[in-house]
Amino acid sequence: MGAAIEARAVRKHYRGAERPALDGFDLRVEAGTVCALLGRNGAGKTTAVRILTTLLDFDDGAATVAGHDVRSGGDGVRRAIGLVGQNAAVDEILGGRANLVLFGRLRGLSKTAARDRAAELITRFGLDNAAGRAVGTYSGGMRRRLDLAASLVVPPSVLFVDEPTTGLDPDARREVWATVRRLVDDGVTVLLTTQYLEEADELADHVAMLRDGRVVLEGSPAELTSLVGDTRVEATFGSPADAAAAARVARPHAVGPVHVTGASVAVPVADAAAVTRLCAALAGAGVAPVDLAVRRPTLDDVFTHVNTEGAR
Amino acid sequence: MSALVHDSLLLAGRTFGHWRAQPVPFLVTLLFPVLVVLMMGGLFGGAIAGSAGDYIPFVVPGVLALTMLFGLETTMMAITTDARRGVTDRFRSLPMHSGAVLAGRCLADLAASVAGLAAMTLAGFALGWRWSGGAGDVLAAYGLLLLLRFGLLWLGIWAGLKAPGPEAVAAVQILVWPVGFLSTVFLDPATMPAWLGAVAEWNPLSATADAVRTLFGNPGVAGGSWAADHGQELSVMWPILMVAVFAPLSAAAYRRLNR
Repeated sequence: MGAAIEARAVRKHYRGAERPALDGFDLRVEAGTVCALLGRNGAGKTTAVRILTTLLDFDDGAATVAGHDVRSGGDGVRRAIGLVGQNAAVDEILGGRANLVLFGRLRGLSKTAARDRAAELITRFGLDNAAGRAVGTYSGGMRRRLDLAASLVVPPSVLFVDEPTTGLDPDARREVWATVRRLVDDGVTVLLTTQYLEEADELADHVAMLRDGRVVLEGSPAELTSLVGDTRVEATFGSPADAAAAARVARPHAVGPVHVTGASVAVPVADAAAVTRLCAALAGAGVAPVDLAVRRPTLDDVFTHVNTEGAR
Repeated sequence: MSALVHDSLLLAGRTFGHWRAQPVPFLVTLLFPVLVVLMMGGLFGGAIAGSAGDYIPFVVPGVLALTMLFGLETTMMAITTDARRGVTDRFRSLPMHSGAVLAGRCLADLAASVAGLAAMTLAGFALGWRWSGGAGDVLAAYGLLLLLRFGLLWLGIWAGLKAPGPEAVAAVQILVWPVGFLSTVFLDPATMPAWLGAVAEWNPLSATADAVRTLFGNPGVAGGSWAADHGQELSVMWPILMVAVFAPLSAAAYRRLNR
């Protein structure tokens, strides 16, 4: 399978901004996969999505989506994509059904076809009871679902979803995840941006971590988590001084950087045997933890790892 | 071209859908100028023209022109709301004609203005306003009113695209009042201090108000200055100038959304 999205050395510097929003942004998303663009606020996620969906021009580099050049083939790109932006971009005064009919007709469906498609999506997204009600009265989760439905009126081959669950409660978040998973089953390529590692972990085949406008690390969620060791020990001590002392003791046992946050220390270790050795070493040094947890690493740890590495 | 027409009509239809869904705000916009005539005619008519009855033939054509200025807020509000909510971005991410969003706005707002003029005309008739001009002149008068609206529309679109937020719309809602008063809509500039009167005479609103008063056969202002005596010409020139300036600026501002 070829690439559904490809960006090469894309650079974007907003006028008046101190530093570029994207600076040598490279990304390749294989067709039929889900890629999560993971980064904190200001990392350049939304800028990347806006450039790839033809909403924003860029200074340098090149990008293609669904085989169309983003710059010279804008209309081809727009025909192939769906966009779910950060704020549910639907008409607040019209009802859910009227919104879907409008977007369908703007995509060139006939009146009847647009109505049929709207009815189908209303049912599929569980909005039957609210179809005639003004969207302004919808809950956050319902709006998101309608927003997703609106980008699927004509099935896209590439779907961009910009921070789909920001501001949603856990139930609504799971609903959105389920929807995205169903799309992937239909063969849609999805580029999703998120600040939530859990979300990337849940949905993505491929994760690209974005910092300061470029991808600093990428791979499958499993590959990325393996970078920070197999097992993590998180220990809390009586005081930050104890924590600092414990970190010194722990360092020889760690397979990656040891993170100290206040009175807590996080140590990536190779395996369970290493945990035992670490605890013995701590006891030997006279710094006993008041709380101890052993767990598998998450993308969050990778994130922290990448960010501290970069800060050095 | 047919894609442009198709998409513009769909987007204008979206605004009609808003009116159906929320008729009250629409009716308030429609009837607000009537309230202005009732207030100005009833409260100030006697002081200005001797009696409310004598003021009505002067003030109704003026307020017809003012109604076109009020439309500015509607346009600006619609444009900023869509931009803020991301609806504009959604349109821009669709494979539709790039001019359709603005053209659809124009169609919907002109339709609203026709309804506003009709409401104000009916209210004027109820208050005793009549025209004595021929059918051609009356049609020309309404044509000039809509031409002014068309010019102001592009100013509204441009301002809406440039507005940082809803506060800017609130500012315009206040500013239409001094612009409205500093014109021949309510008063003859001959009664104003000379320099203020000159400003009022050059107000595009005055040009249209003066021109339609003449076409309707209603009493006008005393005149004497170049601007006051060339209301007809200015009432065509001002809107054309507004379109010439703000239509390209609006198109550029719309394109610049992607910078």
